[in-house]
Amino acid sequence: MAHFDENAKPFSAQWLDERLAISTVRKVLAFEYWIPKNINFLWAMGMVLAATFGILVVSGIFLLMYYQPGVDTAFDSVNYLIMTEVGYGWLWRHVHGVGASLVFLIIYIHMFTGIYYGSYKRGREMIWLSGMLLFVLFSAEAFSGYMLPWGQMSYWAGMVITNLFSGGSLEAYGLVEWIRGDYVPGQAFLTRFFMLHVFLLPLVIIGGIVFHFATLRLPHVNNQDGEDFDFEEAAELYKAGKVKESKVIPFQPVFLSKDVFVMGIYFILFFYLVFYNFDFAMDPVNFDPADGLKTPAHIYPEWYFLWSYEILRPFSKDLGLIAFGIAQVIFLALPFLDRSPNVAPASKRGLFHIWFWLMLIDVLVLTFMGKLPPTDATFAFIGLVSAVLFFVLWIALPFITKIEKKL
Amino acid sequence: MNKELKIFGVVAFFTLLLYWGVEPFAHSQMHKHVEGHGFTYDGTADIAEASAEKKEAKTAFWADVKKIAALEGDAVAGEATFGMCMGCHMDGAGNMGGVIPPSLDHAGAIYDKNYLIALIKDPAMASNVDHKYADTMMHPMGSIKTMVTEPQDIANVVAYLKANKSAEPTAKEAFSEACARCHAMRYDKATQLGDTPTFKYKKDELAHEIKVIEEQDAVKAYMGKLPPDLSMIIRARSHHFMETFVENPQSQLAGTSMPRVGLNEAGYEKVEEYLSDIGDPSKPAREIAGPWVIGFMILFTILAYLWKSSLWRDLH
Ligand code: HEC
Ligand code: HEC
Ligand code: HEM
Repeated sequence: MAHFDENAKPFSAQWLDERLAISTVRKVLAFEYWIPKNINFLWAMGMVLAATFGILVVSGIFLLMYYQPGVDTAFDSVNYLIMTEVGYGWLWRHVHGVGASLVFLIIYIHMFTGIYYGSYKRGREMIWLSGMLLFVLFSAEAFSGYMLPWGQMSYWAGMVITNLFSGGSLEAYGLVEWIRGDYVPGQAFLTRFFMLHVFLLPLVIIGGIVFHFATLRLPHVNNQDGEDFDFEEAAELYKAGKVKESKVIPFQPVFLSKDVFVMGIYFILFFYLVFYNFDFAMDPVNFDPADGLKTPAHIYPEWYFLWSYEILRPFSKDLGLIAFGIAQVIFLALPFLDRSPNVAPASKRGLFHIWFWLMLIDVLVLTFMGKLPPTDATFAFIGLVSAVLFFVLWIALPFITKIEKKL
Repeated sequence: MNKELKIFGVVAFFTLLLYWGVEPFAHSQMHKHVEGHGFTYDGTADIAEASAEKKEAKTAFWADVKKIAALEGDAVAGEATFGMCMGCHMDGAGNMGGVIPPSLDHAGAIYDKNYLIALIKDPAMASNVDHKYADTMMHPMGSIKTMVTEPQDIANVVAYLKANKSAEPTAKEAFSEACARCHAMRYDKATQLGDTPTFKYKKDELAHEIKVIEEQDAVKAYMGKLPPDLSMIIRARSHHFMETFVENPQSQLAGTSMPRVGLNEAGYEKVEEYLSDIGDPSKPAREIAGPWVIGFMILFTILAYLWKSSLWRDLH
């Protein structure tokens, strides 16, 4: 058995160390978790995401104390009880709504940063895959949360999205009913999405975040030049006091101080939106109570799902569904479709550089078109072209990266 | 540092572009634009929308309204005519052809003068629902057409309203007089019968509930559907939609059964204030707390920057 000092004061550092090895844990996870020096603020987005998730959890707990998951009570418990009667209920609700929207903005920035710098390959595949897992989980979390106020958009988005599971011409309505627990969204539907949103999905997300962090520990994060260097050597240099020469810095406190500064900037924007400009995150249509007899004039998802919604829309029923299905998972395949050996910023990678910006702009255009009424021929056409371009880009990726020159 | 700012610029640019695309741009494409007309009523929109066989009658009607508006009204002489109005618009009046006639206590303050003239001349024409009636006499207030027929009498009673019923209403009074006969407001515990009292006995409470249901059935029979509860409408519709819809419901929802209400600008502002008090009550609290929280975050960011600088100073 290990050695225990009988005289150590309970809960003193020594006492804890002998029982929990906390100094080793802290070394591994923080003081000697090495981060390359040559990185920019985009590498703080991961911690910004973690912080936003924390805020979503805390604000969610406060909302959960008053929310009532019943088809007759949900709308009023949110819009009247929480917004009017509960002290600062409005603040928690706006924080939760704005947080849910911004978390996706930051996820997209974080993803495109990874794509730009090639941080998904040559040892970092698992980081990418675990990240995509988080993206899928957050999407499910956002969708289930959107059901809870039981407004018009909750109801109709729930109707439209669960209908997708009928599989077009497969007409698997049994599956749709099984998912809904009813023929149309009703009490059973609301209760199960409530369960998913406040229990199962957050639990899995926390596991997902731990997994994502674990995948980072061995390959370490990438850097602005994609430079591959010996972390052990650089760490020794740093520990020897040659901090200028060393290519790394410890996560705590050096990198953390930058993370915290970037978070500060982010939270200025965050709270500006919470207090002065929250409508973008809380759709007006959802302030009309759910009404199964009255289809809203426009049904569209929240902004962060628009690009994939627009991939569904322009095609025929079955083709659209297949395209939509592929679009949901295609980013998972990125590390395997990129066949170039280079880990470098896109600007140094020739054709891939063009691919990157085309992809970014295409997703943006798809997003714009996804919200517009499908009745406008010009917009429908732009949507179709962008959806086709999306697939053309993915098909082209292995070929253009195959012929990429080794740097 | 320079490079970081450049990257920040790129991220900020795309973020703003994204925002523009899914918010202002999308909304400008989704909703048809309806021109407001400053809460004044001269029938232009009604005439433009009218079917061919009705155009002439509408043009003549609004031309007459204009003529009456030019007359000098005598408020004192108007008092007697106003007595006829009170035959229906009295306190505690019951449902009359579908709705309970509203109180006129602030009618001079919240309604437009031309609209009032038009309303007394022919209520169905004024509120642009004449297409519902073979004879506009059948409108719940239609019999006024036979009671007040002389242009001078109309001018007089309107002058009376403008002189004696024009105290500034509270936000809630404006709503009660203009909208509450059709629209409930459950977050303010109000129904088409007014504020719901608190009852000592369940029996009385249920009896009241039945009365509310009966009243709502009457409104439903009159309007074709139960007008929606407006508790959250202030967040469910844009400012522009609300203004133009109240001015002329047909402009935003063609074929809707909601009649025009004829509020003037001050009257509408009061109604909106009430809708906002009930549907968005946290607005004042937001305005107080906002600067403090944002100020705190700015301070936090400055401190974080100093901390970061002190740690990174010797690294390069
Ligand atoms: C026969 C009964 C009756 C008489 C007489 C009557 N009213 Fe009305 N009035 C009503 C009813 C019923 C309504 C509600 C109509 C509706 O909502 O469709 C109404 C509505 C109104 C409104 C609100 C209209 C709007 O568009 O919001 C005003 C203002 C008004 N009356 C003024 C008057 C004045 C002024 C007189 C007297 C010159 C008068 N009324 C005489 C029954 C009457
Ligand atoms: C005589 C009855 C009546 C009066 C008075 C009335 N409304 Fe309405 N209102 C209706 C009816 C009926 C509808 C439903 C219209 C529809 O769905 O076509 C409606 C619908 C509405 C809507 C929803 C429109 C939409 O987009 O679905 C709003 C907003 C509204 N009314 C505001 C007001 C306001 C504000 C007032 C007072 C200034 C008012 N109404 C007075 C009958 C009335
Ligand atoms: C939503 C929850 C997420 C959290 C909390 C999170 C957190 C983090 C953190 C803290 C880092 C290290 C610091 C950094 O590089 O930013 C990181 C890195 C990374 N993440 Fe995520 N992430 C999330 C989602 C995603 C998603 C959706 C993807 C993309 C599929 C992704 C892909 C990556 C990659 C590739 C890296 C490595 C970056 C590099 O090596 O330079 N992450 N993540």
